[in-house]
Formats: sequence, structure tokens, C-alpha cells
Amino acid sequence: MTDLITTRRKLIAAAGTITVAGTIAGLSGLGFPARASGLAPTPSMRGGSNNYLPGAPVVERIGGGGFWMTGTVRRAGDGAPLAGQRIQIWAHTTEGHERDPHSHGATLSDENGEFRLEMPQIVPAFGQPHGHLAYDSGDFETVFLRPVMSSARDTSLRADFVLKPV
Amino acid sequence: MGPTNASIRVRATIVWIVLAAATIGPIAAAAWSPLVAWRGPAYIVACFAGIAALCLLLFQPLLASGMIPGISRQQARTTHQWVGGALVLAVVAHVGGLWITSPPDVIDALLLRSPTPFSAWGVIAMWALFISAAFAAFRMRLRIGLRFWRLVHRLLATVIVGGTVVHALLIEGMMETVSKAGLCLLVLIATLRAMARVTGSRAHNRAE
Repeated sequence: MTDLITTRRKLIAAAGTITVAGTIAGLSGLGFPARASGLAPTPSMRGGSNNYLPGAPVVERIGGGGFWMTGTVRRAGDGAPLAGQRIQIWAHTTEGHERDPHSHGATLSDENGEFRLEMPQIVPAFGQPHGHLAYDSGDFETVFLRPVMSSARDTSLRADFVLKPV
Repeated sequence: MGPTNASIRVRATIVWIVLAAATIGPIAAAAWSPLVAWRGPAYIVACFAGIAALCLLLFQPLLASGMIPGISRQQARTTHQWVGGALVLAVVAHVGGLWITSPPDVIDALLLRSPTPFSAWGVIAMWALFISAAFAAFRMRLRIGLRFWRLVHRLLATVIVGGTVVHALLIEGMMETVSKAGLCLLVLIATLRAMARVTGSRAHNRAE
């Protein structure tokens, strides 16, 4: 009798273990396809390419500075940081409109795939305080980003690129 | 017994003080905005044309329903038509100035593919205004019946007011937040009251 109870307990425990294990396997199974394709490339944002002037020069900083545009550049799939990638940046700032050539500049990502460029303070334009960034150098697919500041008083803005090789 | 002359005069004074404060306030506040310093002439004209349109919009339901004190119904109707024309001009100046400032942003807005949600509301309100003005201009020539015209105009007016208020409230721009919200609230109240009043008076006429 005792044996039978123990057996039943063992059976219930075993069944439970199998169920839990099965659920875990099932859940992780859902994760597999995503892991197989890896880090997805960043899609271009709506309006990202507005007032783009191709070929902005790499500069120490845009205008008088005081505001930081930062971000990272990584490769789609394995997420490896990409060094030396040219990121073009422009915005409506205290020193000029988006269409003014002097509002445009570019910088290169470092060995960690990070970039930061000082520029004048971004001010709200066309209803939102926002910046524009472009990767358009040919080795990877072109991406245009248009991040929006959570507050017009912010003194930095971040945008991350995951690029897909062409 | 109707209201006395004195009480009518007091009421008229209050209405005009509220209308003046509700419109001059936001315009003055926008003129003091720090953003003015960082915008070109075309952009500034575009912004003030938009603010002027919002101010004019406050008078339209009041004129249409005879709620402006001191002028006859006929004067109110004629003024409503002139203000409607001014609204069209203000919106054309608004969109034109923005176009000069940044053509791709305006093209995105007009094609309803702008990243900013307020753009589509503004464009919808703009088309409703243009259709409304065209109807008003050609109603007689096209022999559009009064009853049908009233229905269409009221539907379009609802879209114009709703679209404009949402458009204005979602924008982070030259308008100061509190004065903008106050003006928008008054536009909504005036529109709702006008609709209720017109419906009420018409039901009353039918009953007689």
C-alpha cells in the first residue's frame, strides 16, 4: 500500500517535472526562430530622410555645440560593433534650419561601434523636437532615422543603427 | 419679462472681453515664444497664420448661431461668410509658409504619411474647410437645397473643429500651452452650443 502511494507520488512528481520541462522547452522553442535570424536591421523611420543633403563632411562638431547626438552602429545578425562607419546628422537647431548646409555634419563610429557628435541645441520644429541621422555609405543598406526628444529641454539625443550588409 | 437693456449690455461686454482675451492672449504668448528667434520669416508667418486660423474658428459657430451680441442675424451671416474666406486664406498661408520652410515635411503631411500624428488631423481639417468654402461659394449656382447644405455644412464644421483642435493640441510649437488649451476649449464649447442652439431653434420652428 505504502509502495503504491509512493509510486503514485513519484508518478505525479514525474508527470509534473515533464510538464514543467515541456513548457520550458515549448517557451524556449518559441525563442529559437528569433535567435536563428539574430539581431534585426534597423528600418528607416518615416520622414527620416527629409532635408537630407548627401555627403555631409566629417566634422569635429557642428557649429558652437552644447548638445550631444550619440548612438551605436552594429551589424545585423551577430550584433558585432562596426567601427569607422560614417553617420550623417542634421536638425533644426538654435543655429539654423534643417535645410541649411551648416546644420549638417558627420562623424565616424569608434572601435566599440559608438559615435557622438556635438552640435547646437535642437529646438522644436514642425511640431516636435527631433533630429535626423543617416547611414548612406554603400557598404550596408541605407538607413534614415528621425528620433524625437522626450523633452525640448534635453541636451542629448540617442539613435542606434543595426545595419544590414548589401 | 425679457432681459433688461442693462443686463444685455453687461452680457455683451462679458462676451467681448472673453473673446478678446481668448484670441489676443494666445497670439501675444506666441509672439513671446523663444522659438521665434530660431525661425525664418516664412516659418513665423506660417505659425501665426495657423494661430490666426484657430482664433477665427472661435467666431464661426458664434456668428452662425447668432451668439455674438450687438449685431443682427443678417450681419452675423455675412460676417460668417467673410470669416470663412479669411480662414481659407489663413490656412493657405499656413501651409504655404511651411512648404517654403521644409517642402518634404509638407509633402509627407499632405500625403498623410507624416511621422507626426497631428499633421493628418490638420490636413483633414484643411480639406473639410476647402470643401465647405467651395460648397458655400457655389451653392446657389449648383442649386443645392438648403436642408442638404445645412447637413453637409454641419458635418464639415464638425470635422474642421475636431481636426483643428486635435492638430493644435498635439503640436509642440510656438503657442503657449495653457492659452492654446483655453482657446481650443472655447472653440469646442462654442461649436457644441451653436449646434445645440440651431437644432433647438429648428425643432422649435417645426413644433410651431
